[in-house]
Amino acid sequence: MKKHIYETIGETVYQEVLENGLHVFVFPKPDFGQCYAFFATRYGGMDTRFQLGGKWLDTPMGIAHYLEHKMFDTPDGNALQTLSATGASPNAFTSTAITGYHFSCTDRFWENLRILLEFVSVPYFTKESVEKEQGIIGQEIRMIEDNPDWQVFHMLLEALYKNHPVRNSVAGSVESIAEITAETLYSCHEAFYTPSNMTLCVAGNVDPEKVCALAREILPKEKKPVIPRDCGEQEPEEVCCRENSRTMAVSAPLMQLGIKGTPAPDGDAQLRQKILGELACEALMGSSSPLYSKLYTQGLINGGFYCGYMDYPGCAFLVAGGESKDPQAVQEAILAEAARIGREGLEEGLFQRLKKSAYGSYVRGLNSFENLCVEQARSFFAQQDPWTFPEVFAQLERADAERLIKEWVQPERTALIVIRPGEEEQ
Amino acid sequence: MIERTLAPGVTLRAVQTSKFKTSMLAVTFLEPLREETASCNALLPRVLRRGTQDHPDLESLSAALDELYGMNLEPIVRKKGEVQCLGFWASVLDDAYVPGQSHLLESAAALLGELVLRPAGDGTAFLPEYVDSERANLVDKIRAEVNDKLQYSLSRLRSQMCQGEAYGVGRYGSEESAQSITGEALQERYRAVLQTAPVFLYYCGSAEPERVERAFRAAFAALPQTERAPIPQTIAVDQPKGPLRRFSDSMDVGQGKLILGLRLGGGVRDLAQTAPTMILHAVYGGSTNSKLFLNVRERLSLCYFANASLALSKGVMTVYSGVEFANFQKAEEEILAQLEACRRGEITEEELETARRSVAGSLRTTLDVQSKLEEFWLNRFVTGTDYTPQALAQAAEAVTLEQVVACARKVQLDSIYTLRGKED
Repeated sequence: MKKHIYETIGETVYQEVLENGLHVFVFPKPDFGQCYAFFATRYGGMDTRFQLGGKWLDTPMGIAHYLEHKMFDTPDGNALQTLSATGASPNAFTSTAITGYHFSCTDRFWENLRILLEFVSVPYFTKESVEKEQGIIGQEIRMIEDNPDWQVFHMLLEALYKNHPVRNSVAGSVESIAEITAETLYSCHEAFYTPSNMTLCVAGNVDPEKVCALAREILPKEKKPVIPRDCGEQEPEEVCCRENSRTMAVSAPLMQLGIKGTPAPDGDAQLRQKILGELACEALMGSSSPLYSKLYTQGLINGGFYCGYMDYPGCAFLVAGGESKDPQAVQEAILAEAARIGREGLEEGLFQRLKKSAYGSYVRGLNSFENLCVEQARSFFAQQDPWTFPEVFAQLERADAERLIKEWVQPERTALIVIRPGEEEQ
Repeated sequence: MIERTLAPGVTLRAVQTSKFKTSMLAVTFLEPLREETASCNALLPRVLRRGTQDHPDLESLSAALDELYGMNLEPIVRKKGEVQCLGFWASVLDDAYVPGQSHLLESAAALLGELVLRPAGDGTAFLPEYVDSERANLVDKIRAEVNDKLQYSLSRLRSQMCQGEAYGVGRYGSEESAQSITGEALQERYRAVLQTAPVFLYYCGSAEPERVERAFRAAFAALPQTERAPIPQTIAVDQPKGPLRRFSDSMDVGQGKLILGLRLGGGVRDLAQTAPTMILHAVYGGSTNSKLFLNVRERLSLCYFANASLALSKGVMTVYSGVEFANFQKAEEEILAQLEACRRGEITEEELETARRSVAGSLRTTLDVQSKLEEFWLNRFVTGTDYTPQALAQAAEAVTLEQVVACARKVQLDSIYTLRGKED
């Protein structure tokens, strides 16, 4: 296995590509009792349209998430119960671009890893078991639809993007999941759960070679091609819709402002843009910025205000949100501050402080095994090495952040979503 | 690991380990949870977080935190039984990961002490604009509880089931009491908390205990040297006060919430009682192998989640689920049927062993997560116990079926709350 040592951040990563194309990453953690394993595929809510065996398939919205639920079914019962019977804490999630299965445990790691690799690689569902899940996922969808934070973000994605499938709701709708059949689930598994489209990341006091040996033993031997991603038709630079709103049972208006950016190509450029985007966001409206203090003091935002950079394959944007009694005023203030930065530039002292602070939070993130493994998987799918962030920080300059703010934070690239308190209008 | 009494009523617990990239520091004041003081207490850390004498506003305070490589400094208010815990959580890069090898512990502790003891203002009163704006934020925060339908439903159950008990008071108090806080009242509360509340100081990181003690002693030297109150007590109610009570609200929602409030037959504190109660909780509704998960969700497909949670010192267990409005009764019957099964001892050896492993595993994980470990030791301080996560894990592994059934037989249903849709 290849061994990478990242001295400044105190991390070591063992890496191997198996014959079937699976990429394995192991973080040895001799001081910890806990072990964590994350087995993920490059497949998420955005991947509803794909080519399999020369034919285009259009699958229902929410199918990747539905498949995640059904993967736990095994001929002997349910892998969730088999794993928790050993004392492990298993779970899974589906995001826009990734489906991941994971467990943490303090005992019987190898037994648990075997279960994980087996149930994720072998699909087992019947007509009845697929139908049974409609009720459970239907309630999960109802639960998230009642969540104002989810609503505001989902509406934002629909406003920012005209074509990109990031607009899809990851869980789909009660109507879309009604179309899902066992047969379609099998096709999706065949297309996306092939080792070359997956990665296994492990953190804990374990022997890295043994992780590879177990993966070789259990997973399919054949190396299949990776299915290209369909990001929809070319996205325009401007947003699809400048504003949208709805009412829900909330106590105060909830806003989210999105600023549509230009995605960086896969690879190191993407990591650089991510860190730069975060710094630009902090300088523009983060908790250390002059604008934040002003808006907070004016009572236009409160301690729940947040902002950040987000990216998915083929798209990147800035987001800011929270409760506000006057969302339009917050939007105007952010655009005005961006224009001021465009004219006058950023204060060098502020930029250097923000770099220190952001560096600290990157290092803090390494405490969590889950974060290590999920970040490794996400970065691998985007062909980046996430642990080179100290070098990226060293290279970034104030002018880079100024340029990003000037280019991106423009009215035509901005969408504002507001959830207002009240009864739903029929 | 050490525990030191720095002054009467002021305890420091320091855990030395180099396995984390950060050091965690925390300061917590313990107050009895009371309707009259809850909001004022909850407002305190928020007003203090606005500025100090040396860093009088948000911008200068943020700049100081940025210089310490993005030190986190969060006001935190927690409810532990009938004890209101208010203070700050701080996290700062551990020395080994600071570029240039500077030592951040002393600066971080000093800033924490400054925040608690030297608020912005003339030294006799808080700045009125800070009080006004944070009071408004606290009121917003209390109102916003309705946004999270599950948390809202849980809090509605607690406040109605435990009406007349301190436990019925929310951790931030009520909207009305928050609304009516004056600058004078807040100042008075601040003085009282500083002088009388027991203090729990906590550190977890690579520094040796002596260095930690020096840093905390220096940072909190101005803390009044007074006789502090004993740790506030939580009064458990052994059983329901009368027949089953039902409460409900209706709102514009797509999914109903069903909450059951149960009494455990008394407060649970020491190791011998805690271990079997945790195993019962795991068997009944605490994991993906629990009876609630396997029956209400997997067998009947009634919900996405059906879990139970424990408030040990108060002797209360809460079961919560999100269901279709039409399925309220079916879900309620199944939840109670599973409790009956536990009482009758219908727990297989496999279920029991799974619960033991799950409880022990999650306790051992506590040692690997800084925030969980702080929570664990704060809980020990609040309940006057001092067993380690490892000791509790071992005790959990030794729990027998008879002990679990004995626990289950003491459980009694007190109240049921439902959140319904508008059309109901």
